[in-house]
Amino acid sequence: MGELAWIFLSAAVINNFTLALFLGLCPFMGVSGKLDTSLRMGAANTFVLTITSLCVWALNTYVLPHAPYLQLISFIVVIASLVQIVEMAIRKLSPTLFREMGIFLPLITTNCAILGLAIFQTNRGYGFLEGIVFALGAGVGLTLALVLMASIREMSELADVPEAARGLGLVLIIAGSLSMAFMGFAGLLSAS
Amino acid sequence: MTAGERLVTASPHLASGHTTPRIMWTVVASLVPVIGAAVWFFGPSAVFVIGAATAGALATERVFGRAGSLMDGSGLITGLLLGLTLPAGLPIWMAFVGGAFGIGFGKLIFGGLGQNVFNPALLGRAFLQAAFPVAMTTWPAEQVSWWTLRGDTFALPLMAGKAADVVTGATPLGLMKFEQQGTTLSHLMLGNTGGSLGETAGILITLCGLYLALRNYLNWRIPASIFLAVLVFAGLLHQLDPGRFPAPLFMLFSGGLMLGAWYMATDMVTSPVTNGGTWVFGAGVGFLVVVIRVWGGLAEGVMYAILLMNALVPFINRATQPRVLGTRERSGA
Repeated sequence: MGELAWIFLSAAVINNFTLALFLGLCPFMGVSGKLDTSLRMGAANTFVLTITSLCVWALNTYVLPHAPYLQLISFIVVIASLVQIVEMAIRKLSPTLFREMGIFLPLITTNCAILGLAIFQTNRGYGFLEGIVFALGAGVGLTLALVLMASIREMSELADVPEAARGLGLVLIIAGSLSMAFMGFAGLLSAS
Repeated sequence: MTAGERLVTASPHLASGHTTPRIMWTVVASLVPVIGAAVWFFGPSAVFVIGAATAGALATERVFGRAGSLMDGSGLITGLLLGLTLPAGLPIWMAFVGGAFGIGFGKLIFGGLGQNVFNPALLGRAFLQAAFPVAMTTWPAEQVSWWTLRGDTFALPLMAGKAADVVTGATPLGLMKFEQQGTTLSHLMLGNTGGSLGETAGILITLCGLYLALRNYLNWRIPASIFLAVLVFAGLLHQLDPGRFPAPLFMLFSGGLMLGAWYMATDMVTSPVTNGGTWVFGAGVGFLVVVIRVWGGLAEGVMYAILLMNALVPFINRATQPRVLGTRERSGA
């Protein structure tokens, strides 16, 4: 139980995928303009992460021991098809959200956080339950980063930002500052 | 204006005189005793480090800031506060860089005073901590003579520093964390300990902070909630295992908590605008301070705790919007 809690906390806060490992930056930069959208983007990512973790576990247990050279390609196929499913579901269920997410929804396919999760999970030898908890933690962490960024950006929208830093420049600077703040969690719990 | 002509202006019509520059300069004045204590304890090094941090902040404000923004005093506060969070032996070029980074990337890039998200002084310090981790955690021990420099103060920028022949000591928090060794409470309160320039005289900082709180230039709810959260949370842990977790009063008076709670967290720009929000903010800072100090890899967590809660402030402001009078809805949106 303690082990699982640590995996969750580690993925969500201490080694936050976005702010400490710099994975999954494209939704972080692209879809963090509005709080609602970023929340849903986080949810979509969490969903894909969790299902990916399940599939990776199945692949690692049943397929890859027989054909280890298939590792990367099978991960990519699984992720791509999962994202397609999520995309179709969102298009049917909420066309507005589909429009708001735009290009970033299919881009979850190439979101390094997802492939990163698959590879971390394999390298650390996580089992079924550990993998799911890890994926949930990573998803919560990604959502946390997105929500923080979105609320800061909504506030800075009316700010008198210098011409040169407007838009993506300011987002990158906020991301760097957030990342420095998250350095405070470095090494948390590792001593005990 | 001739008689009969009317001047139409927007409210408010009665000005109290509490302008931004006046508040800022009052804060600067209230910092004078704290700086005096730093010089008393750390000698000429304190003057150099605080001076360099302030010079970095002011030069950046002058070059990149809006015309006249130098006179509102906010850049000066950032520089002084940053200087107070640095160790006495830090080379002054690092302090200068910290001040420049804090003002440039902490404040001006967001559009200047009133629009920044993070406390500029703390962002400058976080940058220095990330860039020069060794220099930022080298604490000079008590020196024989007041005049001795506490470190390689005049090191050339970006050169490998010569091994400074200074006796280094440890901070009370470091002693507690890595050697399980306590420090007497009276020493902590009166400042007779190692540490950053402005983290040694708890009582003095409290007095200066109280003065600002009485004049209503800082929201007393923020330090109150931070202290309360630290006392309650550290007290609970201490009750559970007194051998492993330090006493709550030690937590309260060690490290940069006093300076952070009275001067950093209460920055008007980067703290919540609603009174309800300030309680949440303060409680969060107190909780994170204890978490990072007890379980983190670092001995001190006040800076990171405040920066993390700064990042949450826009969210807290959103969540604690007061209801519009007579309706059930929250305002704005």
